[in-house]
Amino acid sequence: MTFQAGACHGDGAADEGMNRELSYYPGCSLHGSAREYDHSTRALCEMLDIHLQELDDWSCCGASSAHAFDRDASVMLPARNLAIAAQQGKDVLIPCAACYGRTKAAQKSLAEDAGLQHKYAEQFGSNVPVSVPLLNLPELLSDPDMVEALKQRVRKPLNGLRAVCYYGCLLMRPPSVTQVENYETPETMERVFAALGGTPVPWSYKTECCGGGLVLGRPDIVNKLVDTLCLQAEEAGAEAFITACPMCQGNLDMRQKDAAAAFGRDYSLPVFYISELAALALGYARSNGWWRKHLVNPRPLLREKGLQ
Amino acid sequence: MSESISSVQEIGTDELPVIEPDPSFMKQMLEMGSPQISPCFQCLKCSSGCPLGFAMDHLPHQIIRMVQMGLKHEVLASSAIWLCASCETCVTRCPNGVELPRVMDALRQIAVREGVRPAEEEIAKFHDSFMDEIRCSGRVHEMSLIGRYKRRTRQWFQDAGLGARMFLRGRLGFLPEKVKDRDKVRSILRKGGAR
Ligand code: SF4
Ligand code: SF4
Repeated sequence: MTFQAGACHGDGAADEGMNRELSYYPGCSLHGSAREYDHSTRALCEMLDIHLQELDDWSCCGASSAHAFDRDASVMLPARNLAIAAQQGKDVLIPCAACYGRTKAAQKSLAEDAGLQHKYAEQFGSNVPVSVPLLNLPELLSDPDMVEALKQRVRKPLNGLRAVCYYGCLLMRPPSVTQVENYETPETMERVFAALGGTPVPWSYKTECCGGGLVLGRPDIVNKLVDTLCLQAEEAGAEAFITACPMCQGNLDMRQKDAAAAFGRDYSLPVFYISELAALALGYARSNGWWRKHLVNPRPLLREKGLQ
Repeated sequence: MSESISSVQEIGTDELPVIEPDPSFMKQMLEMGSPQISPCFQCLKCSSGCPLGFAMDHLPHQIIRMVQMGLKHEVLASSAIWLCASCETCVTRCPNGVELPRVMDALRQIAVREGVRPAEEEIAKFHDSFMDEIRCSGRVHEMSLIGRYKRRTRQWFQDAGLGARMFLRGRLGFLPEKVKDRDKVRSILRKGGAR
């Protein structure tokens, strides 16, 4: 069961699928407030023999703002990155849920809309390239072979850690874009977390909205949504959240103290990226730098579970 | 039952506001790339699941109806079009596939184009700051974004404590990154017609 330190890769059936090359689109958040998501994703992929090649000179996908002002720009901004991805010729890992959703939606629009294809040709001087597959992190990690590989490589099982998996909006919706079948009650992160030895706690707020980009303009509204999520997670019996989105993590982690104060609560639930927990369980030794960046300090909980 | 009927009779139909449906607004919407909304049969499924509904002046299904009726001014001045977080819950659940988030996009675009004062000015200013940041660097640097936003809103001290905590924890990077081919990014934003 336990993975031997120093055991060479490629010697087990589950290892075979892993020597994989992917393009990597971090997006702005992962180079900013979500740097620990970027670092932990890279660390995890390295441990899984997945080689990441960052998209050369990538630009912002337009996120929550471009589509509010200009439909064409909201398609052409991701299109620039898709063109780079087509040149690199590999499947693209996009850990940020918003970047993933926006890029995938743009890819779909470009494939379907002749008017946009024409505008693309004008802008980029070539036809729309063949669609490269785009992957988010729960999607990559919950593939059955990958789950098996994770199980075999766990060195520090997350025993006794009870957490709710929180997907938020854009990993799942709209299903016409994401092609996900189980979009109201997804289980992909639960499968990954269970493979790492953790105890996924069922709850009904997996795909509720955290308020996303409204956080600067209307922090009071985001506090309200964060409060509901924290109450529900607590009531379900969870000790922490697991996320795969910088907005979800950011709002839950950074606004939690204010939300608790605004509504007179005393919850304190650490908010992990799934990559952080996976890398930790696989024996990554330098996770301390990540925990320091969290505003709800996860170290007491990790110590309590013997994980620190 | 009979009470409510008599009260309607008491008001009298001539005192109820009569709205002449005006299709020209819907026409303008379609020109702006809004999806069709005619399949909507007012089932309220969108509004019952909308996570931001509690804060909106008009609920999503009401916005749809108001657009159909041509209540242009009321819709463009509503807080709903700015509070919509594009969470995609409504379109996912709508039995008729009405693409409400795209309707909200078109409404914001018309509101901006026609200079309607946004009911949620801070949110509009956030979007403006975000687009400026892309135009300037090709990527969004959060500290510069927050700086731009604060200059626009003059809310220097809102969330100052949180900003300080983020900074101390190393969540706000010092150095902005710039895309090399910024000209292409700018040309995308120009061609798209963004301000
Ligand atoms: S869910 Fe669809 S059909 Fe029902 S009210 Fe909303 S937009 Fe109309
Ligand atoms: S996309 Fe907008 S209108 Fe639709 S449910 Fe989400 S917040 Fe409400």
